[in-house]
Amino acid sequence: MDTESTYSGYSYYSGRSRGSHRHGERSRDRDRHKSRNKDSRSEKSVTINSPPAEPLLGDSSVRGGEQVQDDNWGETTTAVTGTSEHSLSQEDIVRITKDLEDSVGLDCRRYFTLTLAVVMGLLVFLTPVAFLVLPHLLWPEKLQSCGTACEGLFISVAFKLLILLLAVWALFFRSPRAGLPRVFVFRALLAVLVLLFVMSYWLFYGVRILDTQDDNYQGIVQYAVSLVDALLFIHYLAIVLLELRQLQPCFSVCVMRSTDGEKRHYNLGQLSIQRAALAVLEHYYCDFPVHNPALLSASKSRAAKHLAGLKVYNVDGPGNNAAAGMAHSQSRAMIAAAARRRDTSHNELYYEDAEHERRVRKRKARLVVAVEEAFTHIKRMQEEEQKKTPVDVMDSREAAQAIFPSMARALQKYLRTTKQQHCHSMESIQQHLAFCITNNMTPKAFLESYLSAGPTLQYSRSHWLARQWTLISDASVTSGLSDGCVFQLKCVDFSLVVTTKKIPYIQMSEEYIDPKSHKFVLRLQSETSV
Amino acid sequence: MSNFIPGQPLVAVVQRIEIKKLRQGDNLILGFSIGGGIDQDPGQNPFSDDKADKGIYVTRITPGGPAETADLRMGDKIMQVNGYDMTMMTHDQARKRLTKKNEDVVRLLVTRKSLEEAVKNSMGGYQRQ
Repeated sequence: MDTESTYSGYSYYSGRSRGSHRHGERSRDRDRHKSRNKDSRSEKSVTINSPPAEPLLGDSSVRGGEQVQDDNWGETTTAVTGTSEHSLSQEDIVRITKDLEDSVGLDCRRYFTLTLAVVMGLLVFLTPVAFLVLPHLLWPEKLQSCGTACEGLFISVAFKLLILLLAVWALFFRSPRAGLPRVFVFRALLAVLVLLFVMSYWLFYGVRILDTQDDNYQGIVQYAVSLVDALLFIHYLAIVLLELRQLQPCFSVCVMRSTDGEKRHYNLGQLSIQRAALAVLEHYYCDFPVHNPALLSASKSRAAKHLAGLKVYNVDGPGNNAAAGMAHSQSRAMIAAAARRRDTSHNELYYEDAEHERRVRKRKARLVVAVEEAFTHIKRMQEEEQKKTPVDVMDSREAAQAIFPSMARALQKYLRTTKQQHCHSMESIQQHLAFCITNNMTPKAFLESYLSAGPTLQYSRSHWLARQWTLISDASVTSGLSDGCVFQLKCVDFSLVVTTKKIPYIQMSEEYIDPKSHKFVLRLQSETSV
Repeated sequence: MSNFIPGQPLVAVVQRIEIKKLRQGDNLILGFSIGGGIDQDPGQNPFSDDKADKGIYVTRITPGGPAETADLRMGDKIMQVNGYDMTMMTHDQARKRLTKKNEDVVRLLVTRKSLEEAVKNSMGGYQRQ
């Protein structure tokens, strides 16, 4: 399978803790043996899908003549390559296995990574302590007594370990933001480095100190101190590689939504493609207006009308021409016919748009008036007045419920006209109204969230946040961003296409202008008569 | 008027013009206006060939005045006034030179493009002979 074989080099990393970038010490995760099993169950949600090649007449052939349909059906299957056929069946298998062990499998992997990380962390932390304690346990009589300098080093070891603990907690023990398809290369490298380092220290210790039962305790303490120092330096390396390196913006990415063309530009530093994709998605949820499929139905119906207008008949009969040649000639015939015929659909579009705009504006005017009137019915009551006059007092939620019916109809009509009615439930509207009343907002402030589509995060989470995003990319997702690289983030309803451009190298030179050198003269043109 | 380089000797074909000042009330007038000067903007001079020429040019002639009678023309560059050089003068200095109260007559050396062409034509005719 093409997609699998290309990444054989990465299967080592891919098997490990796939799909989870979990609590804490991912950098310390390292289980080679389990990865072999996991490879076979690779999720197809991981990377590198070649976009399926659809023949040009995929749709129109169905509407053609019966004989045409048969031949094109054959054409369609041959256009689908072996890769996509295999991947289709693989997807089925994966889907089945995922359904069976979905939550169990993922959680297992996450907790496994977490426990591994904790175990590794404990090992690394306890190593210096072990170095210090073992001589006392194994050969206490031979050991030289610890002098002042040596005891000072104990304090230094203790504090450095404490600092290391806090630093590791700050850097690694953060709740994970996402599950990424492949492992972080840098975290893996750091984990390998730390383990190698600790192993080599243990090796040295085992050979030169435990075997020979060295009695110079101060030397052993200094050895332990050097280990802790080196661990702190490795932590510094971790900060630089994981956090600092991508802060400086290097690339400008353009993110475009496939359904309606919404476009935004962001600046990113040197990131791997999967981390860049994660950053893009976080920005997407905050900046892009929510995806509203109801707004796209108009253009789809227009497209359908275009195709429905023309029918293609095969006069020569089946089997006379080669299937491919016929498909080509048919498509060309359709395009030529469409270009020639007098199409008045642009007229309809223009008048429809104008009519729709008028309708929206009328409904909006009614809505604004209704809301303003509704807001005048309630008044905030002060503390002192509350005790004086025994009037029926409501809290904000009840107040909202009281004035809601007067504006409900106008609001619903407006939402229907702008095709937003599925975004807002009655419950959410009443909640928002109570919120606005509590915070002393004007009617205009209350209406703003209904007049324009807000970012996806504004709406109730469970309904709108996509559960699964697929990253589709030519290059490996652990490779860094490069100029001109393109990748796609697909979810069920739409996809985001991301293109990268490198911020150019700027050569700046300096010029000094003496402030005293700014001199001016008048442009004179006098004419004098003599 | 041609190949004017400030500070270098200038070669030009000039015409002598003598203007008698006319008394008008308290003033002695010559009947033309001047423009240009080393303190002025030479780019605005419509009469000069070389837009870096900061000489004094005749910009207007009063019809029926002494200058017109003396055959001074618009666009002439004044090279000398009564023997004093006018090619490196400020506008005000030039005005003062022309309007000295104790002089009745000003003798100008002016140059214009048609003079050069006339000389060339006549010389060419002579050489052909």
